[in-house]
Amino acid sequence: MGGIGALFAMTPFISSWFPSSKAKAAGSPIKVDLSELEPGQQVTVEWRGKPVWIVRRTTEMLDHLSTNENQLRDPDSLVPQQPFYAKNRYRSINPEYLILIGICTHLGCLPKYMPDENTLDSDWPGGFYCPCHGSTFDLSGRVFKGVPAPINLEVPPYRFMSERVVIIGEEGVTQ
Amino acid sequence: MSSLLQWLDDRFPLVSTWKKHASEYYVPKNLNFFYYFGFLLLFVLCNQLITGLWLTMFYTPSADRAFDSVQYIMRDVNFGWLLRYLHSTGASLIFVASYIHLFKGLLYGSYQKPRELVWLLGTGLLVLLLIEAFFGYLLPWGQMSYWGAQVITSLFSVIPYIGEGLTSWIRGDYQVSNATLQRFFAFHVVGIPLLLLFFILLHLVSLRQVGSNNPEGIEIKKHLNKQGNPLDGLPFHPYYTSKDFVGLLVFLIVFFSIVFFAPEMGGCFLEVENLVAANPLVTPEHITPVWYTAPFYTMLRVIPDKLSGVITMSCAILILFFIPWLDQSPVRSMRYKGKFSIVALSLFSVSFILLGFLGTVRITPARLCVARICTAIYFAYFILMPIYSRFEKHKTVPDRILDK
Repeated sequence: MGGIGALFAMTPFISSWFPSSKAKAAGSPIKVDLSELEPGQQVTVEWRGKPVWIVRRTTEMLDHLSTNENQLRDPDSLVPQQPFYAKNRYRSINPEYLILIGICTHLGCLPKYMPDENTLDSDWPGGFYCPCHGSTFDLSGRVFKGVPAPINLEVPPYRFMSERVVIIGEEGVTQ
Repeated sequence: MSSLLQWLDDRFPLVSTWKKHASEYYVPKNLNFFYYFGFLLLFVLCNQLITGLWLTMFYTPSADRAFDSVQYIMRDVNFGWLLRYLHSTGASLIFVASYIHLFKGLLYGSYQKPRELVWLLGTGLLVLLLIEAFFGYLLPWGQMSYWGAQVITSLFSVIPYIGEGLTSWIRGDYQVSNATLQRFFAFHVVGIPLLLLFFILLHLVSLRQVGSNNPEGIEIKKHLNKQGNPLDGLPFHPYYTSKDFVGLLVFLIVFFSIVFFAPEMGGCFLEVENLVAANPLVTPEHITPVWYTAPFYTMLRVIPDKLSGVITMSCAILILFFIPWLDQSPVRSMRYKGKFSIVALSLFSVSFILLGFLGTVRITPARLCVARICTAIYFAYFILMPIYSRFEKHKTVPDRILDK
Protein backbone atom coordinates (compact mmCIF):
# COMPACT_ATOMS: atom_id res chain seq x y z
CA MET A 1 0.00 0.00 0.00
CA GLY A 2 2.79 2.36 0.94
CA GLY A 3 4.51 1.59 -2.33
CA ILE A 4 1.40 2.49 -4.32
CA GLY A 5 1.09 5.70 -2.31
CA ALA A 6 4.73 6.55 -3.04
CA LEU A 7 4.11 5.91 -6.72
CA PHE A 8 1.20 8.34 -6.77
CA ALA A 9 3.19 10.86 -4.77
CA MET A 10 5.77 10.88 -7.58
CA THR A 11 3.14 12.02 -10.12
CA PRO A 12 3.74 15.80 -9.84
CA PHE A 13 7.50 15.31 -9.98
CA ILE A 14 7.41 13.21 -13.13
CA SER A 15 4.50 14.95 -14.80
CA SER A 16 6.03 18.43 -14.43
CA TRP A 17 8.88 17.33 -16.66
CA PHE A 18 6.69 16.80 -19.72
CA PRO A 19 6.44 19.67 -22.24
CA SER A 20 4.22 22.34 -20.69
CA SER A 21 0.99 23.57 -22.32
CA LYS A 22 2.96 26.59 -23.47
CA ALA A 23 5.59 24.45 -25.16
CA LYS A 24 2.85 22.37 -26.78
CA ALA A 25 1.10 25.49 -28.05
CA ALA A 26 4.36 26.70 -29.58
CA GLY A 27 4.29 23.51 -31.64
CA SER A 28 1.24 24.54 -33.69
CA PRO A 29 1.29 24.40 -37.55
CA ILE A 30 2.91 27.08 -39.74
CA LYS A 31 2.07 28.43 -43.21
CA VAL A 32 4.82 28.96 -45.80
CA ASP A 33 4.54 30.80 -49.12
CA LEU A 34 6.71 29.08 -51.74
CA SER A 35 6.13 31.44 -54.67
CA GLU A 36 9.58 33.06 -54.42
CA LEU A 37 11.57 29.83 -54.14
CA GLU A 38 13.69 29.29 -57.28
CA PRO A 39 14.47 25.80 -58.66
CA GLY A 40 17.47 24.32 -56.80
CA GLN A 41 17.06 26.64 -53.82
CA GLN A 42 16.59 25.67 -50.19
CA VAL A 43 14.81 27.61 -47.46
CA THR A 44 14.78 26.75 -43.78
CA VAL A 45 11.75 27.55 -41.66
CA GLU A 46 11.22 26.85 -37.99
CA TRP A 47 8.49 24.56 -36.76
CA ARG A 48 8.34 23.37 -33.16
CA GLY A 49 11.79 24.85 -32.78
CA LYS A 50 13.10 22.45 -35.39
CA PRO A 51 14.54 23.52 -38.71
CA VAL A 52 12.31 22.42 -41.60
CA TRP A 53 13.86 22.50 -45.04
CA ILE A 54 11.96 23.16 -48.20
CA VAL A 55 13.97 22.37 -51.33
CA ARG A 56 12.62 23.08 -54.78
CA ARG A 57 14.19 20.33 -56.84
CA THR A 58 15.02 20.67 -60.50
CA THR A 59 14.04 17.98 -63.04
CA GLU A 60 17.70 16.83 -63.26
CA MET A 61 17.77 16.36 -59.50
CA LEU A 62 14.58 14.30 -59.63
CA ASP A 63 15.88 12.17 -62.52
CA HIS A 64 19.11 11.58 -60.64
CA LEU A 65 17.38 10.10 -57.59
CA SER A 66 16.91 6.69 -59.18
CA THR A 67 20.58 6.23 -60.17
CA ASN A 68 22.13 5.74 -56.72
CA GLU A 69 19.50 3.62 -55.06
CA ASN A 70 21.83 0.63 -54.59
CA GLN A 71 23.98 2.79 -52.29
CA LEU A 72 21.04 3.69 -50.03
CA ARG A 73 20.19 1.95 -46.79
CA ASP A 74 16.43 2.33 -47.15
CA PRO A 75 15.63 3.44 -50.73
CA ASP A 76 11.96 2.49 -50.44
CA SER A 77 11.41 4.41 -47.16
CA LEU A 78 10.30 1.31 -45.28
CA VAL A 79 11.15 2.83 -41.91
CA PRO A 80 8.22 5.05 -40.89
CA GLN A 81 10.04 8.36 -41.09
CA GLN A 82 7.36 9.98 -43.21
CA PRO A 83 3.57 10.28 -43.45
CA PHE A 84 2.04 7.66 -45.77
CA TYR A 85 1.58 10.25 -48.55
CA ALA A 86 5.34 10.81 -48.69
CA LYS A 87 6.31 7.17 -48.89
CA ASN A 88 7.68 7.26 -52.40
CA ARG A 89 10.99 7.86 -54.20
CA TYR A 90 10.57 11.64 -53.93
CA ARG A 91 9.40 11.45 -50.32
CA SER A 92 6.94 14.22 -51.00
CA ILE A 93 3.40 15.05 -52.12
CA ASN A 94 4.57 17.19 -55.03
CA PRO A 95 7.97 15.82 -56.23
CA GLU A 96 9.13 19.34 -56.99
CA TYR A 97 9.03 20.32 -53.31
CA LEU A 98 10.99 18.31 -50.78
CA ILE A 99 10.00 19.06 -47.20
CA LEU A 100 12.18 17.56 -44.47
CA ILE A 101 13.00 18.05 -40.84
CA GLY A 102 16.62 19.12 -41.09
CA ILE A 103 17.91 17.17 -38.14
CA CYS A 104 20.36 14.34 -38.64
CA THR A 105 18.89 11.01 -37.55
CA HIS A 106 22.18 10.07 -35.94
CA LEU A 107 22.50 12.55 -33.10
CA GLY A 108 20.42 15.57 -33.96
CA CYS A 109 22.89 17.82 -35.77
CA LEU A 110 22.00 19.91 -38.80
CA PRO A 111 23.19 18.48 -42.15
CA LYS A 112 24.31 20.88 -44.86
CA TYR A 113 22.60 21.18 -48.24
CA MET A 114 25.16 20.24 -50.88
CA PRO A 115 23.18 19.95 -54.13
CA ASP A 116 26.08 20.10 -56.58
CA GLU A 117 27.66 16.89 -57.81
CA ASN A 118 31.24 15.99 -56.86
CA THR A 119 31.46 18.69 -54.21
CA LEU A 120 31.96 16.38 -51.22
CA ASP A 121 34.09 13.83 -53.04
CA SER A 122 34.49 12.66 -56.60
CA ASP A 123 31.37 10.45 -56.67
CA TRP A 124 29.05 12.66 -54.61
CA PRO A 125 25.65 12.66 -56.32
CA GLY A 126 24.36 15.73 -54.48
CA GLY A 127 22.38 15.67 -51.26
CA PHE A 128 22.84 16.50 -47.58
CA TYR A 129 26.01 16.11 -45.53
CA CYS A 130 26.13 16.13 -41.73
CA PRO A 131 29.36 17.77 -40.51
CA CYS A 132 29.16 16.19 -37.05
CA HIS A 133 29.81 12.56 -37.86
CA GLY A 134 29.82 12.51 -41.65
CA SER A 135 26.37 11.07 -42.37
CA THR A 136 25.15 11.60 -45.93
CA PHE A 137 21.67 11.69 -47.43
CA ASP A 138 20.48 11.96 -51.03
CA LEU A 139 18.24 14.71 -52.39
CA SER A 140 15.19 12.89 -51.03
CA GLY A 141 16.71 12.77 -47.54
CA ARG A 142 17.42 9.04 -47.87
CA VAL A 143 20.45 7.87 -45.90
CA PHE A 144 23.47 6.34 -47.64
CA LYS A 145 25.03 3.07 -46.50
CA GLY A 146 28.13 3.04 -44.29
CA VAL A 147 27.41 6.23 -42.31
CA PRO A 148 26.43 6.56 -38.64
CA ALA A 149 22.87 7.78 -39.27
CA PRO A 150 20.61 4.72 -39.19
CA ILE A 151 17.51 5.95 -41.01
CA ASN A 152 16.26 8.49 -43.54
CA LEU A 153 15.58 12.09 -42.57
CA GLU A 154 12.10 12.68 -41.20
CA VAL A 155 9.34 14.16 -43.33
CA PRO A 156 6.97 16.28 -41.18
CA PRO A 157 3.22 16.11 -41.68
CA TYR A 158 2.16 18.81 -44.15
CA ARG A 159 -0.43 19.70 -46.74
CA PHE A 160 -0.68 22.11 -49.64
CA MET A 161 -3.24 24.85 -49.12
CA SER A 162 -2.80 25.91 -52.73
CA GLU A 163 -0.18 25.16 -55.39
CA ARG A 164 2.40 27.49 -53.82
CA VAL A 165 1.34 27.62 -50.15
CA VAL A 166 2.13 24.81 -47.77
CA ILE A 167 1.03 24.23 -44.18
CA ILE A 168 3.59 22.36 -42.10
CA GLY A 169 2.47 20.45 -39.02
CA GLU A 170 -1.03 19.64 -40.23
CA GLU A 171 -2.27 16.57 -42.04
CA GLY A 172 -4.33 17.20 -45.13
CA VAL A 173 -7.14 15.45 -46.94
CA THR A 174 -5.53 16.28 -50.25
CA GLN A 175 -4.83 12.62 -51.03
CA MET B 1 38.28 24.11 26.70
CA SER B 2 38.54 20.52 27.82
CA SER B 3 35.22 20.77 29.66
CA LEU B 4 33.59 22.06 26.48
CA LEU B 5 35.10 19.13 24.59
CA GLN B 6 33.80 16.82 27.30
CA TRP B 7 30.35 18.38 27.05
CA LEU B 8 30.32 17.89 23.30
CA ASP B 9 31.75 14.39 23.45
CA ASP B 10 29.03 13.32 25.86
CA ARG B 11 26.49 14.27 23.20
CA PHE B 12 28.31 13.53 19.95
CA PRO B 13 31.05 10.96 19.07
CA LEU B 14 33.57 13.73 18.46
CA VAL B 15 36.82 12.31 19.84
CA SER B 16 36.15 8.78 18.64
CA THR B 17 35.33 10.02 15.11
CA TRP B 18 38.52 12.07 15.03
CA LYS B 19 40.50 9.03 16.20
CA LYS B 20 38.79 6.69 13.75
CA HIS B 21 39.30 8.98 10.76
CA ALA B 22 42.56 10.77 11.52
CA SER B 23 44.73 10.41 14.58
CA GLU B 24 44.35 6.66 14.98
CA TYR B 25 43.64 5.78 11.37
CA TYR B 26 46.71 3.80 10.39
CA VAL B 27 47.84 4.26 6.82
CA PRO B 28 50.63 2.27 5.11
CA LYS B 29 53.97 4.05 5.46
CA ASN B 30 54.90 3.68 1.78
CA LEU B 31 52.19 5.71 0.02
CA ASN B 32 53.60 7.44 -3.07
CA PHE B 33 52.73 10.24 -5.50
CA PHE B 34 49.51 8.59 -6.67
CA TYR B 35 48.02 8.81 -3.18
CA TYR B 36 47.85 12.60 -3.17
CA PHE B 37 44.88 12.68 -5.48
CA GLY B 38 42.13 11.57 -3.11
CA PHE B 39 42.88 14.52 -0.88
CA LEU B 40 43.28 16.82 -3.88
CA LEU B 41 39.87 15.72 -5.18
CA LEU B 42 38.30 16.78 -1.89
CA PHE B 43 40.10 20.09 -2.14
CA VAL B 44 38.96 20.78 -5.72
CA LEU B 45 35.43 19.75 -4.77
CA CYS B 46 35.44 22.41 -2.03
CA ASN B 47 36.69 24.90 -4.62
CA GLN B 48 33.80 23.93 -6.91
CA LEU B 49 31.23 24.25 -4.13
CA ILE B 50 32.41 27.69 -3.03
CA THR B 51 33.04 29.24 -6.46
CA GLY B 52 29.84 27.58 -7.73
CA LEU B 53 27.82 29.10 -4.90
CA TRP B 54 29.21 32.52 -5.76
CA LEU B 55 28.60 32.10 -9.52
CA THR B 56 24.98 31.21 -8.74
CA MET B 57 24.61 34.69 -7.23
CA PHE B 58 25.33 36.33 -10.61
CA TYR B 59 24.16 33.78 -13.17
CA THR B 60 20.62 33.83 -14.63
CA PRO B 61 19.27 30.41 -15.58
CA SER B 62 17.04 31.31 -18.50
CA ALA B 63 17.53 30.77 -22.23
CA ASP B 64 17.18 34.50 -22.90
CA ARG B 65 19.69 35.67 -20.35
CA ALA B 66 22.06 32.84 -19.49
CA PHE B 67 24.67 33.63 -22.14
CA ASP B 68 24.63 37.34 -21.33
CA SER B 69 24.83 36.73 -17.60
CA VAL B 70 28.04 34.73 -18.13
CA GLN B 71 29.45 37.71 -20.04
CA TYR B 72 28.27 39.92 -17.16
CA ILE B 73 30.20 37.73 -14.73
CA MET B 74 33.29 37.92 -16.94
CA ARG B 75 33.22 41.69 -17.56
CA ASP B 76 31.24 43.51 -14.90
CA VAL B 77 31.21 41.53 -11.67
CA ASN B 78 34.26 42.33 -9.54
CA PHE B 79 36.58 39.34 -9.79
CA GLY B 80 33.80 37.50 -11.63
CA TRP B 81 36.35 36.30 -14.17
CA LEU B 82 38.38 34.78 -11.34
CA LEU B 83 35.38 33.02 -9.84
CA ARG B 84 34.45 31.59 -13.22
CA TYR B 85 37.98 30.53 -14.16
CA LEU B 86 38.46 28.91 -10.75
CA HIS B 87 35.24 26.97 -11.36
CA SER B 88 35.99 25.99 -14.97
CA THR B 89 39.64 25.09 -14.28
CA GLY B 90 38.52 23.17 -11.20
CA ALA B 91 36.07 21.21 -13.35
CA SER B 92 38.85 20.05 -15.65
CA LEU B 93 41.32 19.37 -12.84
CA ILE B 94 38.78 17.36 -10.87
CA PHE B 95 38.71 15.00 -13.84
CA VAL B 96 42.51 14.96 -14.15
CA ALA B 97 42.65 14.02 -10.47
CA SER B 98 39.80 11.49 -10.83
CA TYR B 99 41.44 9.69 -13.73
CA ILE B 100 44.80 9.53 -11.90
CA HIS B 101 43.02 8.39 -8.73
CA LEU B 102 41.27 5.67 -10.73
CA PHE B 103 44.50 4.69 -12.48
CA LYS B 104 46.12 4.26 -9.06
CA GLY B 105 43.36 1.80 -8.20
CA LEU B 106 44.06 -0.20 -11.35
CA LEU B 107 47.83 -0.05 -10.83
CA TYR B 108 47.88 -1.27 -7.24
CA GLY B 109 44.74 -3.43 -7.23
CA SER B 110 42.97 -1.22 -4.71
CA TYR B 111 39.63 -2.70 -5.76
CA GLN B 112 40.49 -6.21 -4.62
CA LYS B 113 38.98 -7.84 -1.56
CA PRO B 114 38.17 -6.31 0.93
CA ARG B 115 38.00 -2.94 -0.88
CA GLU B 116 35.32 -3.77 -3.48
CA LEU B 117 32.78 -1.41 -1.96
CA VAL B 118 35.29 1.47 -1.84
CA TRP B 119 35.84 0.92 -5.58
CA LEU B 120 32.12 0.67 -6.38
CA LEU B 121 31.36 3.89 -4.50
CA GLY B 122 34.30 5.56 -6.21
CA THR B 123 33.12 4.50 -9.67
CA GLY B 124 29.64 5.71 -8.71
CA LEU B 125 31.25 9.03 -7.84
CA LEU B 126 32.88 9.17 -11.28
CA VAL B 127 29.49 8.63 -12.93
CA LEU B 128 27.92 11.34 -10.74
CA LEU B 129 30.78 13.66 -11.58
CA LEU B 130 30.28 13.10 -15.32
CA ILE B 131 26.57 13.84 -14.91
CA GLU B 132 27.33 16.94 -12.83
CA ALA B 133 29.78 18.17 -15.46
CA PHE B 134 27.28 17.48 -18.26
CA PHE B 135 24.55 19.52 -16.52
CA GLY B 136 27.00 22.32 -15.76
CA TYR B 137 28.24 22.42 -19.33
CA LEU B 138 24.83 23.51 -20.64
CA LEU B 139 24.62 26.52 -18.33
CA PRO B 140 26.81 29.03 -20.29
CA TRP B 141 24.28 28.48 -23.12
CA GLY B 142 26.87 28.73 -25.89
CA GLN B 143 26.76 26.81 -29.15
CA MET B 144 28.82 23.92 -27.80
CA SER B 145 26.78 23.83 -24.58
CA TYR B 146 23.58 23.65 -26.58
CA TRP B 147 24.62 21.10 -29.15
CA GLY B 148 26.43 18.96 -26.62
CA ALA B 149 23.20 18.73 -24.63
CA GLN B 150 21.23 18.12 -27.82
CA VAL B 151 23.49 15.18 -28.75
CA ILE B 152 23.55 13.62 -25.28
CA THR B 153 19.79 13.94 -24.64
CA SER B 154 19.06 12.46 -28.07
CA LEU B 155 20.98 9.34 -27.00
CA PHE B 156 17.84 8.34 -25.08
CA SER B 157 15.82 8.33 -28.29
CA VAL B 158 17.48 5.05 -29.34
CA ILE B 159 15.52 3.17 -26.67
CA PRO B 160 12.79 1.29 -28.56
CA TYR B 161 9.16 2.44 -28.18
CA ILE B 162 9.60 4.92 -25.31
CA GLY B 163 12.73 6.68 -26.65
CA GLU B 164 11.06 9.67 -28.31
CA GLY B 165 8.73 10.33 -25.39
CA LEU B 166 11.56 9.90 -22.90
CA THR B 167 13.71 12.40 -24.77
CA SER B 168 11.06 15.11 -24.76
CA TRP B 169 10.32 14.31 -21.12
CA ILE B 170 13.97 14.89 -20.23
CA ARG B 171 14.12 18.08 -22.29
CA GLY B 172 10.68 19.38 -21.29
CA ASP B 173 10.19 20.43 -24.90
CA TYR B 174 10.65 19.09 -28.41
CA GLN B 175 14.29 20.22 -28.36
CA VAL B 176 16.77 21.51 -25.80
CA SER B 177 15.15 24.73 -24.58
CA ASN B 178 14.62 27.00 -21.61
CA ALA B 179 12.85 24.20 -19.74
CA THR B 180 15.93 22.00 -20.21
CA LEU B 181 18.29 24.73 -19.04
CA GLN B 182 16.31 25.35 -15.87
CA ARG B 183 16.13 21.71 -14.84
CA PHE B 184 19.80 21.16 -15.62
CA PHE B 185 20.60 24.21 -13.48
CA ALA B 186 18.60 22.82 -10.58
CA PHE B 187 20.40 19.49 -10.80
CA HIS B 188 23.79 21.11 -11.20
CA VAL B 189 23.56 23.38 -8.19
CA VAL B 190 21.41 21.33 -5.79
CA GLY B 191 20.58 17.77 -6.77
CA ILE B 192 23.84 16.22 -7.88
CA PRO B 193 26.11 18.10 -5.39
CA LEU B 194 24.06 16.67 -2.52
CA LEU B 195 24.36 13.18 -3.96
CA LEU B 196 28.10 13.70 -4.51
CA LEU B 197 28.62 14.72 -0.88
CA PHE B 198 26.61 11.74 0.35
CA PHE B 199 28.60 9.31 -1.82
CA ILE B 200 31.92 10.87 -0.76
CA LEU B 201 30.93 10.32 2.86
CA LEU B 202 30.14 6.66 2.11
CA HIS B 203 33.37 6.30 0.12
CA LEU B 204 35.46 7.61 3.03
CA VAL B 205 33.61 5.70 5.74
CA SER B 206 33.99 2.44 3.84
CA LEU B 207 37.69 3.23 3.26
CA ARG B 208 38.19 3.74 7.00
CA GLN B 209 36.57 0.37 7.60
CA VAL B 210 39.00 -1.57 5.37
CA GLY B 211 42.05 0.73 5.44
CA SER B 212 44.08 2.14 2.57
CA ASN B 213 45.87 -0.12 0.13
CA ASN B 214 49.45 0.75 -0.81
CA PRO B 215 51.84 0.46 -3.79
CA GLU B 216 53.06 -2.95 -2.60
CA GLY B 217 49.55 -4.27 -2.18
CA ILE B 218 50.54 -5.73 1.21
CA GLU B 219 47.90 -5.90 3.94
CA ILE B 220 49.39 -3.95 6.87
CA LYS B 221 46.80 -5.18 9.35
CA LYS B 222 48.43 -8.64 9.36
CA HIS B 223 51.38 -7.47 11.46
CA LEU B 224 50.45 -5.53 14.55
CA ASN B 225 52.53 -4.21 17.42
CA LYS B 226 51.73 -4.72 21.12
CA GLN B 227 49.22 -1.87 21.08
CA GLY B 228 47.42 -3.52 18.20
CA ASN B 229 48.51 -0.98 15.60
CA PRO B 230 49.98 -1.98 12.23
CA LEU B 231 53.79 -2.19 12.27
CA ASP B 232 54.01 -0.83 8.72
CA GLY B 233 51.48 1.93 9.27
CA LEU B 234 51.52 5.55 10.38
CA PRO B 235 48.62 7.56 11.81
CA PHE B 236 46.91 9.59 9.10
CA HIS B 237 47.23 12.64 11.31
CA PRO B 238 49.79 14.20 11.59
CA TYR B 239 51.88 12.17 9.11
CA TYR B 240 49.73 12.13 6.00
CA THR B 241 47.86 15.35 6.67
CA SER B 242 51.21 17.18 6.60
CA LYS B 243 52.38 15.21 3.57
CA ASP B 244 49.12 15.96 1.74
CA PHE B 245 49.58 19.66 2.40
CA VAL B 246 52.92 19.55 0.61
CA GLY B 247 51.14 17.93 -2.32
CA LEU B 248 48.45 20.57 -2.10
CA LEU B 249 51.02 23.36 -2.37
CA VAL B 250 52.45 21.87 -5.55
CA PHE B 251 48.94 21.36 -6.88
CA LEU B 252 48.00 24.97 -6.11
CA ILE B 253 51.01 26.19 -8.11
CA VAL B 254 49.76 24.21 -11.11
CA PHE B 255 46.14 25.18 -10.51
CA PHE B 256 46.76 28.91 -10.31
CA SER B 257 49.22 28.85 -13.20
CA ILE B 258 46.33 27.57 -15.32
CA VAL B 259 43.76 29.95 -13.81
CA PHE B 260 45.95 33.00 -14.39
CA PHE B 261 47.85 32.14 -17.55
CA ALA B 262 45.87 29.56 -19.56
CA PRO B 263 42.30 29.28 -18.27
CA GLU B 264 41.05 28.22 -21.69
CA MET B 265 43.93 25.77 -22.16
CA GLY B 266 43.99 26.40 -25.88
CA GLY B 267 40.30 25.61 -26.25
CA CYS B 268 40.57 22.40 -24.24
CA PHE B 269 39.04 23.58 -20.96
CA LEU B 270 36.84 26.32 -22.43
CA GLU B 271 35.93 25.91 -26.07
CA VAL B 272 36.10 28.78 -28.56
CA GLU B 273 32.81 27.75 -30.13
CA ASN B 274 31.09 28.34 -26.80
CA LEU B 275 31.69 32.09 -27.09
CA VAL B 276 28.83 32.10 -29.60
CA ALA B 277 25.35 32.10 -28.03
CA ALA B 278 23.24 28.96 -28.48
CA ASN B 279 21.35 28.82 -31.77
CA PRO B 280 18.96 25.91 -32.30
CA LEU B 281 19.02 26.37 -36.07
CA VAL B 282 22.78 26.27 -36.68
CA THR B 283 24.96 23.31 -35.75
CA PRO B 284 28.62 24.15 -35.22
CA GLU B 285 30.79 22.86 -38.08
CA HIS B 286 32.54 20.51 -35.74
CA ILE B 287 31.01 19.37 -32.45
CA THR B 288 33.78 18.53 -30.01
CA PRO B 289 33.12 17.14 -26.58
CA VAL B 290 34.98 18.63 -23.65
CA TRP B 291 38.20 16.66 -23.13
CA TYR B 292 37.20 14.56 -20.13
CA THR B 293 34.28 12.95 -21.95
CA ALA B 294 36.15 12.63 -25.24
CA PRO B 295 37.26 8.97 -24.81
CA PHE B 296 33.65 7.86 -24.38
CA TYR B 297 32.38 10.12 -27.16
CA THR B 298 34.92 8.62 -29.57
CA MET B 299 33.48 5.17 -28.92
CA LEU B 300 30.03 6.51 -29.75
CA ARG B 301 31.05 7.96 -33.05
CA VAL B 302 33.18 5.12 -34.40
CA ILE B 303 30.33 2.61 -34.17
CA PRO B 304 28.32 2.88 -37.41
CA ASP B 305 25.05 2.09 -35.66
CA LYS B 306 23.25 4.38 -33.26
CA LEU B 307 21.95 1.86 -30.76
CA SER B 308 25.18 -0.16 -30.56
CA GLY B 309 27.15 3.07 -30.27
CA VAL B 310 25.15 4.13 -27.25
CA ILE B 311 25.36 0.67 -25.71
CA THR B 312 29.14 0.58 -26.24
CA MET B 313 29.59 3.98 -24.65
CA SER B 314 27.48 3.06 -21.62
CA CYS B 315 29.27 -0.26 -21.22
CA ALA B 316 32.64 1.50 -21.27
CA ILE B 317 31.70 3.14 -17.99
CA LEU B 318 29.58 0.36 -16.49
CA ILE B 319 32.31 -2.24 -16.97
CA LEU B 320 34.45 -0.35 -14.43
CA PHE B 321 32.06 -1.53 -11.73
CA PHE B 322 32.92 -5.16 -12.43
CA ILE B 323 36.71 -4.95 -12.04
CA PRO B 324 36.79 -6.32 -8.48
CA TRP B 325 35.42 -9.59 -9.86
CA LEU B 326 37.20 -9.59 -13.20
CA ASP B 327 40.64 -9.49 -11.61
CA GLN B 328 41.40 -13.06 -10.55
CA SER B 329 45.02 -12.41 -9.62
CA PRO B 330 46.12 -13.50 -6.13
CA VAL B 331 48.33 -10.40 -5.91
CA ARG B 332 47.18 -6.80 -5.86
CA SER B 333 49.96 -4.55 -7.01
CA MET B 334 51.30 -4.27 -10.55
CA ARG B 335 54.73 -4.56 -8.92
CA TYR B 336 54.09 -8.28 -8.35
CA LYS B 337 51.69 -9.11 -11.15
CA GLY B 338 52.89 -10.86 -14.31
CA LYS B 339 53.89 -9.54 -17.73
CA PHE B 340 50.40 -9.84 -19.24
CA SER B 341 48.83 -7.59 -16.64
CA ILE B 342 51.54 -4.98 -17.16
CA VAL B 343 51.14 -5.06 -20.94
CA ALA B 344 47.34 -5.00 -20.64
CA LEU B 345 47.27 -1.97 -18.33
CA SER B 346 49.82 -0.13 -20.49
CA LEU B 347 47.85 -0.76 -23.69
CA PHE B 348 44.64 0.19 -21.91
CA SER B 349 46.09 3.49 -20.68
CA VAL B 350 47.53 4.36 -24.10
CA SER B 351 44.18 3.51 -25.77
CA PHE B 352 42.26 5.64 -23.29
CA ILE B 353 44.49 8.65 -23.96
CA LEU B 354 44.36 8.09 -27.74
CA LEU B 355 40.56 7.77 -27.62
CA GLY B 356 40.49 11.07 -25.76
CA PHE B 357 42.61 12.73 -28.41
CA LEU B 358 40.59 11.26 -31.29
CA GLY B 359 37.36 12.55 -29.75
CA THR B 360 38.50 16.14 -30.11
CA VAL B 361 39.74 16.06 -33.71
CA ARG B 362 38.07 15.64 -37.08
CA ILE B 363 37.55 12.02 -37.99
CA THR B 364 39.39 10.61 -41.03
CA PRO B 365 39.44 6.99 -42.30
CA ALA B 366 42.87 6.36 -40.71
CA ARG B 367 41.79 7.86 -37.38
CA LEU B 368 38.54 5.92 -37.52
CA CYS B 369 40.56 2.72 -37.81
CA VAL B 370 42.85 3.67 -34.88
CA ALA B 371 39.81 4.64 -32.78
CA ARG B 372 38.17 1.27 -33.44
CA ILE B 373 41.34 -0.59 -32.45
CA CYS B 374 41.57 1.50 -29.26
CA THR B 375 37.93 0.75 -28.44
CA ALA B 376 38.64 -2.96 -28.91
CA ILE B 377 41.70 -2.74 -26.62
CA TYR B 378 39.71 -0.81 -24.01
CA PHE B 379 37.17 -3.61 -23.76
CA ALA B 380 39.70 -6.43 -24.18
CA TYR B 381 41.49 -5.15 -21.07
CA PHE B 382 38.40 -5.90 -19.02
CA ILE B 383 36.97 -8.91 -20.81
CA LEU B 384 40.26 -10.83 -20.94
CA MET B 385 41.21 -9.88 -17.38
CA PRO B 386 39.80 -13.04 -15.75
CA ILE B 387 42.03 -15.09 -18.08
CA TYR B 388 45.36 -13.28 -18.05
CA SER B 389 45.20 -12.33 -14.39
CA ARG B 390 44.54 -15.92 -13.33
CA PHE B 391 46.98 -17.83 -15.51
CA GLU B 392 49.98 -15.50 -15.66
CA LYS B 393 53.08 -16.03 -13.50
CA HIS B 394 53.23 -13.53 -10.66
CA LYS B 395 56.04 -12.69 -8.26
CA THR B 396 55.95 -13.52 -4.56
CA VAL B 397 54.68 -10.70 -2.41
CA PRO B 398 56.81 -10.04 0.71
CA ASP B 399 55.15 -10.36 4.09
CA ARG B 400 56.06 -6.87 5.23
CA ILE B 401 56.67 -3.51 3.57
CA LEU B 402 60.48 -3.38 3.35
CA ASP B 403 62.57 -0.25 3.60
CA LYS B 404 64.56 0.29 0.46
